[in-house]
Amino acid sequence: MQTTTSHPIVIEAQGISKTFFDPNPFLVLDHISFQVEKGAFVSLVGKSGCGKSTLLYVLSTLDTEYEGKLRLGGELVTGFDQDRLARFRNEHLGFVFQFHFLLPEFSALENVMLPALKLGKYSAEEIEVRAMEKLRLVGMEDFALKNAMKLSGGQQQRVAIARALINDPMVIMGDEPTGNLDKKNSLIVLDILKELAAVNQQTIITVTHDQEFAERTDRILQMEDGKLL
Amino acid sequence: MKASGTRLALRIALTHLLAKKKQTFVAMMGVTFGISMFIVMISFMQGINDFFMDLTLDGSPHIRIYNPAKIDRPPLLALRYDSTSNWLVVRHQRPKNEAIRLKKGVQMLDNIRKMPEVQQASPQLATQAFFHNGPIEFAGNVVGIDVKAENQMYKLYEKMESGSIDKLLTNREGIMIGERLAAKLNVVVGDRVSVTMPTGATFLLKVVGIFSFGISTIDDTRSYVQLQTAQKMLARPSDYFTDMHIRLKNYRTASALAPGLEHLYGYRAETWEVANASIEAGEMIRNVLTFVVSLTMLVVAGFGIYNIMNMTIVNKMRDIAILKATGFESREITNIFLLQSLIIGISGGLMGLAAGALISYGIDQIPFPARDIIKLDTFPINYRWYYYAAGLLFGAITTVLAGYFPSRKAAKVDPVAIIRG
Repeated sequence: MQTTTSHPIVIEAQGISKTFFDPNPFLVLDHISFQVEKGAFVSLVGKSGCGKSTLLYVLSTLDTEYEGKLRLGGELVTGFDQDRLARFRNEHLGFVFQFHFLLPEFSALENVMLPALKLGKYSAEEIEVRAMEKLRLVGMEDFALKNAMKLSGGQQQRVAIARALINDPMVIMGDEPTGNLDKKNSLIVLDILKELAAVNQQTIITVTHDQEFAERTDRILQMEDGKLL
Repeated sequence: MKASGTRLALRIALTHLLAKKKQTFVAMMGVTFGISMFIVMISFMQGINDFFMDLTLDGSPHIRIYNPAKIDRPPLLALRYDSTSNWLVVRHQRPKNEAIRLKKGVQMLDNIRKMPEVQQASPQLATQAFFHNGPIEFAGNVVGIDVKAENQMYKLYEKMESGSIDKLLTNREGIMIGERLAAKLNVVVGDRVSVTMPTGATFLLKVVGIFSFGISTIDDTRSYVQLQTAQKMLARPSDYFTDMHIRLKNYRTASALAPGLEHLYGYRAETWEVANASIEAGEMIRNVLTFVVSLTMLVVAGFGIYNIMNMTIVNKMRDIAILKATGFESREITNIFLLQSLIIGISGGLMGLAAGALISYGIDQIPFPARDIIKLDTFPINYRWYYYAAGLLFGAITTVLAGYFPSRKAAKVDPVAIIRG
């Protein structure tokens, strides 16, 4: 994002609509338009079923069945084919989910390294050094060589954050990243994310139920019945 | 970028396989079993095929030219009367009294020997005969041969049990007898044996050699004398013979040459394939058997892999979803699982080749129990590199096919559905 303006737009949604057809046609996203600036920490809140997760998955490019236009980092990603989207996600997006989704056969370090190995921008040695840095950032460097399955839920979630960061993505997306964690671990995760937005100028957008969590973010997007309030 | 993607897929595939060693091993054993059975079957069956082929070509001519007795000549009356407008009834017409010899045989022999495809040709005068052992008569046949040519064609010297070919060459009264016939007649080399010809004449011949072809039907009945001796015994002239045996440089050319010879000389030219149709039928049956059994084995192994890969993919839905979310393309996801399948196939296949070679070697050591009928010490096994190459290829193809569809399914996983739960 080598633009001259101090706060370039990183996420831009233009009239995004989505309909679920099963069991009955149901407009889950109703012409949603909004913009998110670089370095913002945004939380997406709303009641269960209001469409906030659906919106997040549209923004994440994983869900491509929608109407409207989506620009990420100024690039119109709507209409990219699946493989191009995969490469785009690999390079520019990081994900943290409610369930950590680490690959169980690999160590914490290997889990963090995989997206970077896929990107292939650095050599394996450099990637390992960088992955250790990211693990240090989330306070998991001591567990680097431990198998992912042998870590606690909070530890796994921190490894997942390190994995989301490995390719220095433009946007980090979270789907209830603290939803499965206790108070103490939630706070740790929140602090890490806040720091990323403030220090690294990475844009963060997360779906959350947790009012306390939402209040500590820069901006709250409230959703109701498929509309942004 | 692409190379790194494949290497990464391979790394993930290997990690998956090593994480489930037992399951991987079971899948590999399926392939191992299939491939080893394929190797054993094909080595053994081809061993038998080649054994019979050798045996056949060893003891019979590539082409045999003879004069078939004409018994289907038209009724003589038909030559005088119009058979289309008259009823002609000739009951039980006999064949003409003509010798079933090859006319101008000597010239024919010369010509055929000069043909570039021909290695050797040998005239024969074969006849039925009775051999006497005291009051008991044994039916057999006496074959008058050009000893030198016949020896070249059939390597008779290799088949001698006792006595020697040279004695037959020099002794006009000499006779060489099949091993089992000699036993029935209770004669050894140096003894005399009395033979009665179909003409009624009886001759006393000296046994100069005893041979064994390893085929009971030959060893039980056949005896050899010089061509001149046979002609004398049947009271025939010295250019009289009934058969001509031809050995070719390449036996596969027999069926191409035979029709030309038939046309040229007007006699029946029978190839080894026609004379030994049962061998070829047996070979075909064994080939089909090999094919069916091996294919079944491989299909079963393939289904095993298919099942295991399907299960793996169901278990790995979350992993697939996260790999896709973090930027792995469909092709790379397919590769991860296809590689697992291929690794199972290749390593299982290699173990199968080793096991197949070992089992074949084991069978090769087992004594063959039918010593009297055919000469065979142990079960015949063929070791050919291309059986092993084919085995490995089949293994790889089967596993790729078995892994392909589950892997495609993996690539089609919708990550949103999995991640959202």
